Amino acid sequence: MSVRFGARPCLALAAVACILLDFAAAGAAAEIPLAERRSGYDFMGRETRMMQDDDATNPGMLWVFDGEALWNRKAGSAGRACSDCHGDARASMKGVSARYPAFDAARGRPVNLEQRINACRTERQKAPPLAFESRDLLALTAYVARQSRGLPIDIAIDERTRPFLDAGRETFYRRQGQLNLACTLCHNDNWGAKLAGNPIPQAHPTGYPLYRLEWQGLGSLQRRLRNCFVGIRAEPYAYGAPEFVDLELYLMWRARGMKIETPAVRP
Amino acid sequence: MARAVVSLPAQAKRGEIIEIKTMAAHAMETGFRRTQLGELIPRDIIRRFVCAYNGAEIFRVDLHPAVAANPLIAFTTVATESGTIAFQWVGDNGYAVTETTSIRVE
Amino acid sequence: MTTRREFLVLACGAASITAATAVKAQIDPNQQALRKAAMQEALRKVVGDVPVRRGRVKLELPPLVDNGNAVPLAVRVESPMTSADYVKAIHVFTEKNPLPGVVSVYLGPRAGRAGIATRIRIADSQTVTAIAQLSDGSFWSDSAEVVVTLSACLEEGLI
Repeated sequence: MSVRFGARPCLALAAVACILLDFAAAGAAAEIPLAERRSGYDFMGRETRMMQDDDATNPGMLWVFDGEALWNRKAGSAGRACSDCHGDARASMKGVSARYPAFDAARGRPVNLEQRINACRTERQKAPPLAFESRDLLALTAYVARQSRGLPIDIAIDERTRPFLDAGRETFYRRQGQLNLACTLCHNDNWGAKLAGNPIPQAHPTGYPLYRLEWQGLGSLQRRLRNCFVGIRAEPYAYGAPEFVDLELYLMWRARGMKIETPAVRP
Repeated sequence: MARAVVSLPAQAKRGEIIEIKTMAAHAMETGFRRTQLGELIPRDIIRRFVCAYNGAEIFRVDLHPAVAANPLIAFTTVATESGTIAFQWVGDNGYAVTETTSIRVE
Repeated sequence: MTTRREFLVLACGAASITAATAVKAQIDPNQQALRKAAMQEALRKVVGDVPVRRGRVKLELPPLVDNGNAVPLAVRVESPMTSADYVKAIHVFTEKNPLPGVVSVYLGPRAGRAGIATRIRIADSQTVTAIAQLSDGSFWSDSAEVVVTLSACLEEGLI
């Protein structure tokens, strides 16, 4: 039976993983020691790293510049631009994305940066929220997150956020989907190994939103997570689902101290 | 909206070779991809890139679908005189984008 | 919802390990032959009967690409780039992509250095060729081998 290997690489890779990892009990191995954590940047080829490093060649910058224009544009019935309240993003947004997802007292749970931006849109600008994965929301998120480039991820865990962190951790360690795989089996237990010719990274979301060569465009962490879920043949959550934000919180906390790279470039 | 991004020095010495890096926001749809229902997605690409220095063409590229999305075109030119360097991208479905920059040459 | 293709890919998970090592097996041999012929024709249109010499041209591509959708490519041609002796054009061709031509660059002495850097799509592991046309009518070339595991020009995954 002939197989078009190139056609669904994600599913083919996951199928191979399933055969290799079926015997492993989920959660058997420990988390990656803090000192051994590596960004996905380290697993890429030299040329792809150079693409990320130079703003003049980083395609993610096209969205960052769009975001800058949106930041300064008045919107909604309140006729306000982000800059009207927040001034120069280079100052006011410095360090912000490194702290997200963050607890939102009004909602009683953590929200991610996209949700925070939409909260501002609806409540302060009196404008309709931007759709997840829309060009405008990606551009604004990329622009805001870019202001934290080089800063260490700094997620605060306290009694308010702990239950959500635990929920996210539970998702990361849970076997699921038709292939019965858990994130940890590849990304904690087998990072650095090759899966059908491509290295398995540790899965730290240091550079989101990022330009993924596979997408030929910029996308959010949730888009990537949906790819992962489909890859292990599990039902992906909808964009903005609380389960996703809990998982984002866990992943960012797991990457605490690592440097923000937004807009990153990844294969 | 940023339809193209151009990067080059704002000033240079006469005779100096300067590096120019450009990126255009464009999906470069090849015409070979199909939708989930099997329909062919029509080709939609940038076909030509032209750089002109004070009106004189100094660099031209004909692009084919094999050029990646959001194409990078990086090249060099000799800083001959102060003035305007203009960049133009032209493509399918009436796509036309122009960016101009000034350069001071001593 | 599982498509038939997805089911086959899942069921043949083990087969895909062998498929990955035999990376040249992605494009059907008949298709390969047609595309190679198309490249020869495209080359002939540019070069005519003039013999193409190896040298003066340096084509840089990563030997193993992260993703075939955007492969960084750089071409440099040794030339004084004076009005008496310069590079008129640089053409890049592939032998296995659906179309042979990638870019054609037209330049002159005002470029200072003959070269271009860009990013291209590579549909399958193959040889990429760069041809430079000099002001004296001669043609020079260089080629580079590229190995691709995640190809361009094929269907994408689900969002």
